Amino acid sequence: MREMLEKAVIIFSWAMTILLVIIVATFLGYLLMKGIPSIGSELIFGSTAPLEAIRMKARVFDGLFPAIVGTVYLVILSTGMAIPIGICSGIYLAEYASPGIKHLSGLTFDILAGVPSIVIGLFGFCGAVFLHHHFYHEFGPCLLISAISLAILVLPYIVKSTQTSLESLPPFIRKTGIALGANKLQNLIYILIPQAMPCLISGIILAIGRCAEDTAVILLTGAVATAGIPSSLLSQYEALPFYIYYISNQYTNQSELNSGYGACLILLGICVVLFILTFGIQKQLNYRMLYRR
Amino acid sequence: MIDSKEKIAKILFASCALISIIITLSILIFMIVLGLPLFKQDHLFSVWSEQWIPHQGMYGILPMIAGTLWIAFPATALSFPLSLGTSFVMIGLGNRRIRQSLYVLIRFMTGIPTIIYGFVGIFLLVPLIRESLGGAGMCVLAAVIVLSVMISPAMILFFSDALASVNPHYVKTARALGATRVQCLMYVLVPESIGGIISGFILAFGRAIGDTLIALMLAGNAIQIPWNVLDPARTMTAHIALVNAADFDSLAFRSIFACGITLYLLTAIATLFVRYLVQIKEFKSE
Repeated sequence: MREMLEKAVIIFSWAMTILLVIIVATFLGYLLMKGIPSIGSELIFGSTAPLEAIRMKARVFDGLFPAIVGTVYLVILSTGMAIPIGICSGIYLAEYASPGIKHLSGLTFDILAGVPSIVIGLFGFCGAVFLHHHFYHEFGPCLLISAISLAILVLPYIVKSTQTSLESLPPFIRKTGIALGANKLQNLIYILIPQAMPCLISGIILAIGRCAEDTAVILLTGAVATAGIPSSLLSQYEALPFYIYYISNQYTNQSELNSGYGACLILLGICVVLFILTFGIQKQLNYRMLYRR
Repeated sequence: MIDSKEKIAKILFASCALISIIITLSILIFMIVLGLPLFKQDHLFSVWSEQWIPHQGMYGILPMIAGTLWIAFPATALSFPLSLGTSFVMIGLGNRRIRQSLYVLIRFMTGIPTIIYGFVGIFLLVPLIRESLGGAGMCVLAAVIVLSVMISPAMILFFSDALASVNPHYVKTARALGATRVQCLMYVLVPESIGGIISGFILAFGRAIGDTLIALMLAGNAIQIPWNVLDPARTMTAHIALVNAADFDSLAFRSIFACGITLYLLTAIATLFVRYLVQIKEFKSE
């Protein structure tokens, strides 16, 4: 009886693993098969000359270039806001905060990390409408609002990764600097933060990935189908994930659909690059720590 | 001099932490303030229990709650065996090379954008369902299948983290006593990490509830309570995503905040429950 059960568990586990691998293979195979033929400079720049487009001299009308630029702007702005605040908060919580504050903040950040991204998008949307009604009528959903909302979305991840990376440093590293006469701040800047750097960086890359791929937030806060390259923080913009969403329910002909597959591949490519970066950094750390058995 | 630097640094760090905490709380407060009119006019419970019949002035979000549960729960349940089996192989059963390559694959899957799962779902799965099972294709079933694949990598990582955090001495002891890999897994690892597995399930359920794009793209978005897996449905998240900014003060618009508050509360409860489980575990191990 026991042996039967053990055998059943083995068969079940392997069957599920193989099923998962088949699903992923089908999924990626389908995407590559449909997307690769449309990849080319046509897809990104349309009929505009690439060099002209990159130097912002000519507008791209039928390519993905504005969407890619929009996504890059979005990532730079939102991580630019979230990273300094997030890392400083993480340092405070790991090094300075009392146990009570640690507990309370751990609770709030856990809750914020679990809140659906669309709710954060709604928050940003309402912020934009509020400002529009009460302060400045030109104001509406725009690049700035999206960037702030995305920063709120990734903030808890950055705080938590900073906090855990500092807290999980072995005690002897913490004591060495102090024993040699460093004060708390020197110890932090010259010893603890450099030691925690790999973990910190992989947390940041994860945050970049989330900013690049999230669609729910930008759906409500100012991404539109055609806007060109955003001229200011207060203008609407295009973004890759939004373009994919738009194509999936508004496409009118085959070539638009093909450009949707192409956009999927580009977005996936960005995520693969980020994944390889994080994984390269984390591999040494995590795998050995967690899965060494 | 050094003292003042220390003080400045501490103040800087503390103010950043304060800003972060204020942002978190302000989201809840904002939602409550904007949703308040809904609760004032004797709508307190009717918002959650009423149907959506605009021409009778009924703007209940019951169909959206039903849609969310109809999609999130089956997706998590479907993903559970898939994730459990895979995490067993990844932690206990496979040899070293298989475990490592599975780990890489799963980590890669967590990085695939949701929108891409949705896109492939629309053009690969929806036509398949339409042709083999009939109906419009955009239905609960399509969203459930894609969502279950989407949340499985996260669930696998939750499970394997739980399994891997069992005290290695127990494993070594069991192996030294002659237990095979599967015996070690079934009689040592799983019973020891049952709390972690429950937390993983709840966290994955929270993600399934919070997901917007897959339901928005695949479930059809009709405002009705689904009775059949081939019916279309609208989740709370999709309801928010389909907001129409033109009528900011209408009751229909206010229903969006009811959805927002409900989602916030549901995910907060899930988070609190998981934290509670973790605390119990820590208490026991002390």
